Amino acid sequence: MSDETMSDETMSDGTVSDETTRLDVRKTYKLFIGGKFPRSESGRSYPVSAPGGATANAAMASRKDARDAVVAARAAFAGWSGATAYNRGQVLYRVAELMEGRGAQFVDEVAAGEGLDRAAAGAVVDAAIDRWVWYAGWTDKVSQVAGSANQVAGPYFNFSVPEPTGVVAVLAPQSSSLLGLVSVVAPAIATGSTVVVLASEAAPLPAVTLAEVLATSDVPGGVVNVLTGRTAEVAPWLASHMDVNAIDLAGVDAGPAATDLEVAAADNLKRVLRPTGGGAGADWVQVPDLTRLLAHLEIKTVWHPLGV
Amino acid sequence: MTQPSNAFDYAPAPESRAVVAIKSSYGLFIDGAFVDTIDGRTFKTISPATEEVLAEVTEAGAADIDRAVAAARAAYAGSWGRMAPRERGKYLFRVARILQERGRELAVLETLDNGKPIRESRDVDIPLVAAWFFHYAGWADKLDHAGHGPSPRPLGVAAQVIPWNFPLLMLAWKVAPALACGNTVVLKPAETTPLTALLFAEICQQADLPPGVVNIVTGAGETGRVLVEHPGVDKVAFTGSTEVGKMIARSTAGTNKKVTLELGGKAANIVFDDAPVDQAVEGIVNGIFFNQGHVCCAGSRLLVQENVYDEVLDSLKRRLGTLRLGDPMDKNTDIGAINSAEQLARVRELADIGDAEGAERWSPPCKLPDKGYWFPPTLFTGVTQAHRIAREEIFGPVLSVLTFRTPTEAVEKANNTPYGLSAGVWTDKGSRILWMADRLRAGVVWANTFNRFDPASPFGGYKESGFGREGGRHGLEAYLDV
Repeated sequence: MSDETMSDETMSDGTVSDETTRLDVRKTYKLFIGGKFPRSESGRSYPVSAPGGATANAAMASRKDARDAVVAARAAFAGWSGATAYNRGQVLYRVAELMEGRGAQFVDEVAAGEGLDRAAAGAVVDAAIDRWVWYAGWTDKVSQVAGSANQVAGPYFNFSVPEPTGVVAVLAPQSSSLLGLVSVVAPAIATGSTVVVLASEAAPLPAVTLAEVLATSDVPGGVVNVLTGRTAEVAPWLASHMDVNAIDLAGVDAGPAATDLEVAAADNLKRVLRPTGGGAGADWVQVPDLTRLLAHLEIKTVWHPLGV
Repeated sequence: MTQPSNAFDYAPAPESRAVVAIKSSYGLFIDGAFVDTIDGRTFKTISPATEEVLAEVTEAGAADIDRAVAAARAAYAGSWGRMAPRERGKYLFRVARILQERGRELAVLETLDNGKPIRESRDVDIPLVAAWFFHYAGWADKLDHAGHGPSPRPLGVAAQVIPWNFPLLMLAWKVAPALACGNTVVLKPAETTPLTALLFAEICQQADLPPGVVNIVTGAGETGRVLVEHPGVDKVAFTGSTEVGKMIARSTAGTNKKVTLELGGKAANIVFDDAPVDQAVEGIVNGIFFNQGHVCCAGSRLLVQENVYDEVLDSLKRRLGTLRLGDPMDKNTDIGAINSAEQLARVRELADIGDAEGAERWSPPCKLPDKGYWFPPTLFTGVTQAHRIAREEIFGPVLSVLTFRTPTEAVEKANNTPYGLSAGVWTDKGSRILWMADRLRAGVVWANTFNRFDPASPFGGYKESGFGREGGRHGLEAYLDV
């Protein structure tokens, strides 16, 4: 990972000044589907700002990539939702551990993608890591907060428990490429859903690096699938996909495009998180509450008879 | 009664309908009073058991909806919105008491208008209606402690559209939590069953509920559409078909309206080989023949473990032979009338498709009344998962029977549906109940029982059975700005 800082011998345009110095090995940023890192099946890419003033070619995901990602997410759902909450909590905490170790790379990518200085980008990365820790701690507590034992008028033990919704499509926030991304993905997987997330279109690199962290954090393949590309192109396929159970529209502004996605989502009655608005007032820059954690849950009520 | 074989027949035991006075015509209940329509029409509501015209009711037009929404808005901004939550709760307690006091009247009216047996409206529907109001009355001044954050706010004006299968009970599921949370409502009952909602309007008057807090607009689908799409409503709550639910989801897209939908189902009722057969058979009957199968959470797919298939089917057929179909007002009637000619046509069509696709139809010997809409209790065997009668909601007294060998296969078959409202499990083994309950993708799982409802028990679907919950603490969320 030699692109964390520019070495003294490297000129600002990235060329090598003389034969004693070393050329940066730049990273290829790919998709993350089913635990693997494919390029887009379409063969397309698009240029985005990378650290060091370089330009990276992010993969431009297609309709088929989106479908492959949904298949991977569905395949991972039984195992992930069936894992113990303690296990999921440890896995999420491990994501925080590994992000911490990669902090400098995230800082560079957030700075390049969002146009922040390193101090501001560093604060964003710290907050993103802390968000994983927050949600890691929620995995085995949410049922005590969202569930209940219900006093029905009859001889039954009646209880309600929260269960994961299933496959959640997430349009990640556009302006907050890492903190926004983590703030919408972590709550979904904390409770056992699996995710197909479409990264910030203009600043997708932190999402790809996060995928590399996830791949080495004991997060099973397919639990989080990361697509990069054009939101307007890919989002409609996710919104209308019949094997997606919910869609989070955080990455689009309220307006005709968001309405079209919500209309498409009605084909199989997806749970829709409407756009909440970005900027300084966005929920992902606030201290998190339970809204996003509870949004991807179904309440199941069981009537168990009493008797001898 | 002269034939010896009929010597032990039940004598007719009709409930008296004198307890309820039905008016010849009804206006709309808006702003605390019954008013004439501005731009609507009238239509007749009939008794599906006899095709007798019960009353003429109003099909509200767009101007009527404007007026109702304005009345609800004014009440929200005024009396109801400014009232101390404790006082709001006391109004609901008062309504609950009147519902109990006038319970028989409501039960008779429900049975006349809907066609369901008086035994069910008297013993299930109306007691639950009162219980629902009693439960939510107590929530009105306790919302800070409901786990939806400190000082949760109501949404405003709620548009509520309800179905014909449990007319007054569905009203209670909608109105009680909405009012408890501080909202005001405009409710549209189904076009075939408007009368108990209109009697409820009288109860609101009797309770001195402030005008505009509850508004009842009768009409059909178009009235419902106008209400749901009205820009003056903040909340849409719908119970009905998945098809209409999708239309509502589309029409409310891009708005700030909070939407909850309680839609169709195709529930599996799963019988294991260790289940007590007699008890399971009662549960199967209750699961699909309760309310003529006009139940979104009906156990319409029976999954029987293969090694007890013959025993369960023999017993089930024997039990179906004892069901009494006929006059819903008779206290001994088990199976009442199909709610409408339209619904009867739908049930017949799907049953015919069952025949055409190769399933084997069976009904007990059963004489159907000459007038009214009737369909005998029916089961289909030889049904595969590909058959339409195993996939589509029939919403009638038709049971599709499938088999399984292992618990895993039962779960796979049960979950193999776009719906996810309910499921039943019959077994003597507690650990198996919980193992199954954990894997069934459905909002309600009944173990060794079926079609139980309680205001403290959250109810609602996964997947295309809708979203949001009704009942208990969870049911408050649908009517709070959280």
